Amino acid sequence: MFDERSPIYRQIADQIKGDILSGALAEEEQVMSTNQYASFYRINPATAAKAFQQLVDEGILYKKRGIGMFVAMNARTTLLRQDRECFFTEFVDPMVAKARAIEIPLAEVIGHIQRLAKEEAR
Amino acid sequence: MMTVETRDLMLRYRETTALDGLSFALEGGKIYGLLGRNGSGKSTLLSVLAAFRKADEGDILIDGEPVFENPRVTRQIALIRENVDVPDTDDKIERVLEFAACYRPNWDADYAARLLDVFELDPKKKVKELSRGKQSALGAVLGLAARAPLTMFDETYLGMDAPSRYRFYDAILDDYIAHPRTIIISTHLIEEVARIFEEVVIIDKGRLVLHEPVETLTARGATVTGPAEQVEAFADGQTILNERQLGRTKSVMVYGQVTDEQRQHARDTGLDLEPIALQDLFVYLTNSKGDAQ
Repeated sequence: MFDERSPIYRQIADQIKGDILSGALAEEEQVMSTNQYASFYRINPATAAKAFQQLVDEGILYKKRGIGMFVAMNARTTLLRQDRECFFTEFVDPMVAKARAIEIPLAEVIGHIQRLAKEEAR
Repeated sequence: MMTVETRDLMLRYRETTALDGLSFALEGGKIYGLLGRNGSGKSTLLSVLAAFRKADEGDILIDGEPVFENPRVTRQIALIRENVDVPDTDDKIERVLEFAACYRPNWDADYAARLLDVFELDPKKKVKELSRGKQSALGAVLGLAARAPLTMFDETYLGMDAPSRYRFYDAILDDYIAHPRTIIISTHLIEEVARIFEEVVIIDKGRLVLHEPVETLTARGATVTGPAEQVEAFADGQTILNERQLGRTKSVMVYGQVTDEQRQHARDTGLDLEPIALQDLFVYLTNSKGDAQ
């Protein structure tokens, strides 16, 4: 279930972020408890708690005493900003590098993107 | 929560020193993995923690009290050893469970019955008629349903097939979530069960190698792969556990603090960083010279 390449807690945090971005988790909505996460993913609750802590530190979740974890107001905006900041370095740059490595002219890549843009505009 | 503390434990068998000045402290309420190679002293340690055996020297404090010949404390401890401890292997499983219900103060009979189903154990069967794997499964049932504040499993998986082992790990995790307590699991099958550990205690030759949260431990190292020159530059000054080279590509396992900046720098320079699996760390940390596994 988990990708071996990054720590489990980071993968859980990324998954929750993904749910917030896609709208599956709404702002001000309660998130499942660490125990529910732990039992679903079959991991120690402390590991799940670490994912939650990371999201609290980033301002994505906040804790209501005695009730549980909630998605912060503006969490989606924060995540969109974070993702946009690294979009070019994380996705476009490696794509360009890959295209160069296999000798696809950048013009061809740009042409492909333009076609996609036209289709979207239709 | 049941705390466990040992101070300078020594225990010698005729010619071998099984425990050699072992000290550690567990704050309790967690699932601990006890890892060590064959003959590292794991089973001896668990036996002295459960007061099945007395250490030659040193102290053990369970819940702050000495454990040996202290029924107030030993009643709170369940140790499941490799060979199921039952009074008479001629007894049927149902009789063994009735007996456990008498001397285990927190015994949950309904839960025990559910676990028999989980492990496909027939209560009418005699213990001596069980296969190795089913005997281990019975041990798992006895250990879990006891709900002892200090529960210890000493390689309680021998002979179990993979599906049964995973059912066992799931049962431990679920029951721990529902009834938090101190659980110590000694094992060789580290990869399978690592995800349910919160902390690990690694011992070697009767001594403590380390005691740390799993996340801290695995974050302490990384496998770095990329062009040899860049990898060497990255690994410079770090403890290197293992290195491999294939043509110009080099892969190095480093152990030590890898900062976020270093990780970022590595990624920016085209190096690939992967976490080290607990099992690999264990192998390198306990692999003394001359007797590689």
